[in-house]
Amino acid sequence: MRHTISVTVENKPGVLARVAGLFSARGYNIASLAVSETLDPTISYMTMVVEAEDERILEQIKKQLNKLIDVITITDFTKKEHVDRELVLLKINYSSKDKAKIESILDKYAAKIVSRKENTVIIEAMGDQDQIKQLLSSLQQFGIEEMVRTGKLAIA
Amino acid sequence: MKGANILIESLLKENVEVVFGYPGGSVLPIFDALFDAPLKFILPRHEQAAAHMADGYARATGKVGVCLATSGPGATNLTTGIATAYMDSIPMVAITGQVKTSLIGNDAFQEADVTGITRSITKHNYLVKDVRDLARTIKEAFHIARTGRPGPVLIDIPVDVQQQDTEFVWPEEVIIRGYKPTYFGHPGQIKKCAKLIISSKKPVIYAGGGVISSGAHKELRELAEKIKAPVAMTLMGLGGFPATNELSLGMLGMHGTAYANHAIMESDLIIAVGARFDDRVTGRIDAFAPNAKVIHIDIDPSSISKNVRVDIPVVGDCKHVLGQLLEEIKTSCDTTAWLKVVEGWKKKYPLVYKDKKRISPQYIMEEIYKLTKGEAVIATEVGQNQMWAAQWYKYTHPRSFISSGGLGTMGFGFPAAMGAKLGCPEKTVFDIAGDGSIQMNIQELATCVCNKINVKVAILNNGYLGMVRQWQELFYKKRYSYTCITGPDFVKLAESYGASGIRVTKKEEVRRALEKAISIDNVVFIDFHIEEEENVFPMVPAGEAINRMIGGMA
Repeated sequence: MRHTISVTVENKPGVLARVAGLFSARGYNIASLAVSETLDPTISYMTMVVEAEDERILEQIKKQLNKLIDVITITDFTKKEHVDRELVLLKINYSSKDKAKIESILDKYAAKIVSRKENTVIIEAMGDQDQIKQLLSSLQQFGIEEMVRTGKLAIA
Repeated sequence: MKGANILIESLLKENVEVVFGYPGGSVLPIFDALFDAPLKFILPRHEQAAAHMADGYARATGKVGVCLATSGPGATNLTTGIATAYMDSIPMVAITGQVKTSLIGNDAFQEADVTGITRSITKHNYLVKDVRDLARTIKEAFHIARTGRPGPVLIDIPVDVQQQDTEFVWPEEVIIRGYKPTYFGHPGQIKKCAKLIISSKKPVIYAGGGVISSGAHKELRELAEKIKAPVAMTLMGLGGFPATNELSLGMLGMHGTAYANHAIMESDLIIAVGARFDDRVTGRIDAFAPNAKVIHIDIDPSSISKNVRVDIPVVGDCKHVLGQLLEEIKTSCDTTAWLKVVEGWKKKYPLVYKDKKRISPQYIMEEIYKLTKGEAVIATEVGQNQMWAAQWYKYTHPRSFISSGGLGTMGFGFPAAMGAKLGCPEKTVFDIAGDGSIQMNIQELATCVCNKINVKVAILNNGYLGMVRQWQELFYKKRYSYTCITGPDFVKLAESYGASGIRVTKKEEVRRALEKAISIDNVVFIDFHIEEEENVFPMVPAGEAINRMIGGMA
């Protein structure tokens, strides 16, 4: 099962390597990881989606993260009300006959076209995991050429 | 003040008495500052030994051990010693030189990414790129190494930082916002523990290295005697509870006593104190102590519920938590019937060995115990020698048994014994070695002679890498694949270094040889020619429940 947790860490070189190293050394899986500075420039904020078969593994992940000296706080969003978003950029095939169809889909998900080429467009979309999933399946029919995503951001 | 001098001043501020280190290109400024520093300095013959010496010193004294090496190969040679200390939660500060900051990442001569390499084998590590951060970093490193669950901390210092000038400011206090170890147990949890303990009929205390590192041996003894519970120890816990006490079950686990393993398996309550349910202790995990509730006291929350399901977790320092428990527990539990059962197991399954043609290694350990009256510090290598030393010497004091438990590092014992001897010069210090292990750091004979480090090395010489041979005998149809090992003439070798050597081939000579070794004011190798294919028993085959032992029972 996937769990979203956030970690505040010292904004120092090597901290990302410590966190990533911990996951690989102990055999845990990270599905996504997003890192950025916070209002306090000495602190970075990491949102990570981790895979844990059961509660015990999730507990171990949190405890092991907490053991890192550079980790300041950990928030587990599993049972906590929170807002999460992810930004996705998609390159899809485009022909003018599909214009209306595509635009109606984009409207539904508050997504927009941010770049156009002859036969493709790049779409920017934002939303929670379900919305992104639905958008992707709606756009599948036109042929998605490429996709990049930021990984989930979460805040409580 | 120059960075190198700041390092020395900081070590003095931390009350460091001895540094184990080896010079090299990237630590020249530090060595220049060491030249007239009021610090004892020990020059080993291999950096790995420097780390093990610092480790042995820390285990014997409870103080932080300090080792030092140059960049690249110097630092990578330390890593086995750092990993050894990490697995056994030993406080250590390792200082390494690094190529100058402008060359980092350029594959410079003797460059290695040491903070990268040691990230997973240190409690924390630092690369100091600005001399103004140096004093604070050293203060933090010592603080992290010795507090909470202790462990090694590495400081990597580029050579130009060692040469830079700045004002020396020793910080008053350490503030690390992400690091606040819990020392006292939660009062609610303590109450729950007390209730469970009092209602228990068949309790067992399972004591590990946390008892030693937190200095909880007095509290442990008080608790055991108050609730009348037998005490089983892990390899790391030996000495945490006196083996001579009638409540002692000795060591449990793979080569533990049968009565310790039976007691754990049949118990209705396990009180785990500073232990981590390692696979060498639990055996087959789903068959482990099926009817027992588990109280787990540990300063490291991640040790709790890692391997076994725990009913009452208590995060805290063993000494503090046991103190709290002792206050909370007003009455004793009724364990009379249980202790009778345990006594029955002790009578039925004592540790035994049979004398064969050659000297029994167990007999040598018994003689060392008798001769030193249990007052020696015993370091070990890894393998059969380690298990015989654990089984056949009665440890009655904390910090009297020094062994690489977690990592199982061959070559650890000799340098660790040297570190222990430097920390406790008044004690007789033995390294119990095999002829395989001793050859892994045998070069330290020179360091012993040069610094008059008077340790006694008992080589249990059977011509085999004995523990691996034992597994090959029992589980690989006696196919002794590359476990037959030759060595030098240990007596002549010792003598060539200026040390003393004694060869012992007969049982009758054992006692006299030991007496002689102890009386000689020099490092002594005692080459005991022991029974070649003697096995360590009892033994729990890997993956079996721990009450399914084979061998060694009368």
